[in-house]
Amino acid sequence: MADSIKVPTMAEYMAEGKAPEVLFWVGCAGSFDDRAKKITRAFVKLLHKAGVDFAVLGTEESCTGDPAKRSGNEFLFQMQAAMNIEVLNGYEIKKIVTTCPHCFNTIKNEYPSLGGNYEVVHHTQFLKSLLEEGKLKVEGGKFKGKKITFHDPCYLGRANNEYEAPRELLEKLEVELVEMKRCKRNAMCCGAGGGQMFKEPEPGKKDVNVARTEQAMDVNPEIIAAGCPFCNTMLTDGVKSKEKEGSIAVMDVAEMIANAEDL
Amino acid sequence: MHIIAQVLFVIALIGGIGFFTRNIRRMTRNIKLGRESDRTDHKGERFAKMARVAMGQSKMVRRPIAGILHVIVYLGFILINIEVLEIIIDGVFGSHRVFSFLGNFYNILIAGFEILALLVLIGVILFWTRRNVVRIYRFWGNELKGWPKNDANNILYFEMVLMVLFLTMNAADHQLQLNGAPHYLLNTDMSAAFPVSNFLMPLIDGFSNSTLIIIERTAWWLHILGILFFLNYLYYSKHLHILLAFPNVFYSKLKPKGELNNLESVKKEVALMMDPNADPFAAPAEGEGEEEPEKFGASDVFDLTRVQLMNAYTCTECGRCTSECPANITGKKLSPRKIMMDTRDRLEEVGEIINKKGKYEDNGKQLLDDYISREELWACTTCNACVEACPVGIDPLSIIIEMRRYLMMEQSAAPNELAVSMTNIENNGAPWPYNQMDRLNWAQEK
Ligand code: SF4
Ligand code: SF4
Repeated sequence: MADSIKVPTMAEYMAEGKAPEVLFWVGCAGSFDDRAKKITRAFVKLLHKAGVDFAVLGTEESCTGDPAKRSGNEFLFQMQAAMNIEVLNGYEIKKIVTTCPHCFNTIKNEYPSLGGNYEVVHHTQFLKSLLEEGKLKVEGGKFKGKKITFHDPCYLGRANNEYEAPRELLEKLEVELVEMKRCKRNAMCCGAGGGQMFKEPEPGKKDVNVARTEQAMDVNPEIIAAGCPFCNTMLTDGVKSKEKEGSIAVMDVAEMIANAEDL
Repeated sequence: MHIIAQVLFVIALIGGIGFFTRNIRRMTRNIKLGRESDRTDHKGERFAKMARVAMGQSKMVRRPIAGILHVIVYLGFILINIEVLEIIIDGVFGSHRVFSFLGNFYNILIAGFEILALLVLIGVILFWTRRNVVRIYRFWGNELKGWPKNDANNILYFEMVLMVLFLTMNAADHQLQLNGAPHYLLNTDMSAAFPVSNFLMPLIDGFSNSTLIIIERTAWWLHILGILFFLNYLYYSKHLHILLAFPNVFYSKLKPKGELNNLESVKKEVALMMDPNADPFAAPAEGEGEEEPEKFGASDVFDLTRVQLMNAYTCTECGRCTSECPANITGKKLSPRKIMMDTRDRLEEVGEIINKKGKYEDNGKQLLDDYISREELWACTTCNACVEACPVGIDPLSIIIEMRRYLMMEQSAAPNELAVSMTNIENNGAPWPYNQMDRLNWAQEK
C-alpha cells in the first residue's frame, strides 16, 4: 500500500478550466499529524471509490483559525479567516467537505459573517449522502457484529447538533453499537478543544482524555469509533495509558468503512 | 380594631412591594452597566423557546427526579399564590374569603390548593433530603460554602413553613365556620374544600372560638408577611431565577452552540491590514481617534454584555453545568457555576459602591484575578457541556471566551505552549511547526 494516491488540487483544476463538485478541506491535523493522515487517506480512497469529483487546496490551505479563536486570539483568527476566504472565494468554491469537526464548525458558522458563504458538510454527513445516492456501498465486512462505541465530537454533536450521521454509517457496517453512559448531547469532551491540544493541561486529578477513555471502556468495546482527528489522538493516547492498545482500537468512521472494503 | 389591622396590612404591603421594587431597579441598573447585546431578533422563536424551556421546564426534566419535584413545587407555588390575591383583598377591606361567593368552584379551587400545598411540602422535604442527607455531589462543591449553601436550605425551610401556615389557617378557619363564629360564617358550605387540612382538625379539637381566631389570624398574618418577606429575599438569593428564568431564556443564544461571535472591532482592523491600498501611517480621519480605543475582551463586569450579566443574576447555583464540565470532573479548578457566581458577586460589589457613592469608583478590584483566576479560564475545552446542561439558558462559556480574549489580545498572556502554537499559525498556517509547503505530503506517503 506504499503507493501514493491521486489527489487533485484546485490549482490543477483551475489550470484545466474546470471546477470540482466539492472541495475537500483537509485541515492541519489531517495534513500533518501522523495518525490523522491515515484518516485523510482513507477518506480520499472512499471519494475515489464513489467517483466523487473533488479537489484539495494543498499548499494553499491554511489553519482555519479555530484554535486561535477559542483561545481568545480573535485577531489571528480573523486574519486566518480572511486569507482562507480570499482563496476559497477566488476559486468560487460552493461546497466543502472536511474530516475535522473544528474546521467544519468554523467554516460553516463563523466564516459567513466574514464574507465566506459555503455549503459545509462533515465527512460523515457526506458519506451518508453518498450512500443514499447509491454511489457508495457499505457492508459489514470485517466489522460485522463487533462491539463498537461511538464518541461524539463536541464540535459535531453539541456544537452543531449532528448525532445521527456517524451512527447511521456504523449501522451500515452491521456493528453492535453500544452507547456510553454519556453520549450524544451529554457526551464528554475528549479534552482537546479550545486550544487544549496545544498546551499542558491545568493541574487536576486526571487528564480529560483518560477519563473519557475510561467511560468508553466501561461498555467493553472492541473499537472506539470517532469522527474527529483530535478526538482520535486523545482517545488513542487514553487507550495507551490504560495499556489496552492490544485489545481496543480507536478508529475514524471513514477508516472503518475504507477498511471494511479493504481499500 | 379591624381598621387598625387594615391599616397595618396596607403599610406592610406597600413597604414590602416598595422595597422589592427598589431592589429590582438596582438590579436592572447593574445589568445595564454591561455592553448592549443584540438579542431581539427572531422574536417568535424566542417566545417559543421561553415557553418550552422556562415555562415548560423542558430542560429541568432531563434529570427526572429533580425535574418532576421541581415541576410540582413550581406549579404549586404559582397556583397557591392565586390565593394571595384573595388575601390581599381581605386584608385591605377587612373581609373574609371574599371569593367564596363563587360557591362550588371556589371550594374546588381551595381543595386543589390544599392538595398542591401537600405536594409542595413533600417535594420540598425530598429536596432537602437530597441536598443534606443524600448529599448529591454537585451541592457540595467548593463554591457552595457559606451563604450559597444556607441560601438553598433557607428557601426550602421557608416554603415548608409557608405551606404549613396555609394548611393551619384553613383548619382553624374551617373549625370556626363549623362553630358558626361571626365573621367566619359563610353562605357557602365549605366542608368539602379542605381535604388536607381536615387531618389537622383533631389537633384543634375543643378549642374555644377565641383561641381558634388567634390561631387563624396568626397563620394568616404570618403567611402573608412571609410571602412579602420571601419576595424581598429573592434579590439576595439564587431564588431570583423564578423571575429571571423567563427573560433569560428569551434572550439566550439561538445560533449553533459552536458559533462564537466575530468581534466587529477586530473585523475593521483586519480589513485595514489586509487592504493593500491602505496607508498604515495615514492620519485618522476627523473625529476618529478621539474616542477611546475599544478594549478587547473582558477583565471586569463592565466589559461583559447585558445578557451575560443577567445570566449571572439568573443562575440557580444548581451545578448541573459543573457536574458535566470535563475540566471540573477531572479535578481542575474550573467550575462554570463558579464563573457565574463570581460574576454576580463582582457585579453586586460594583452595585454596592454605586449605591453608596452615586457612581462607580475603582476599588482596586476586578473580575479577572480577584474573582476568576487565569488557571480556571485556561482549563476550559470550549465543549459547551455547561451550556447544554443549564436549565435556564445560561452560557458560562461566553464569559470564559471574553476573558480569554482579554488575556490574549490585551495582555498577550497565554500559557507558553499555546503562545508558541499561535506563532506557528501566524507563520506556517498550522498550530504545529510544519512548513505550509508540506501540506500535501500526506498524498505521497504511505
Ligand atoms: S465549555 Fe468549558 S466550562 Fe463549559 S463544560 Fe466545557 S470545559 Fe467546562
Ligand atoms: S449556570 Fe445554569 S446549570 Fe450552572 S449552576 Fe447556574 S443555573 Fe445551574
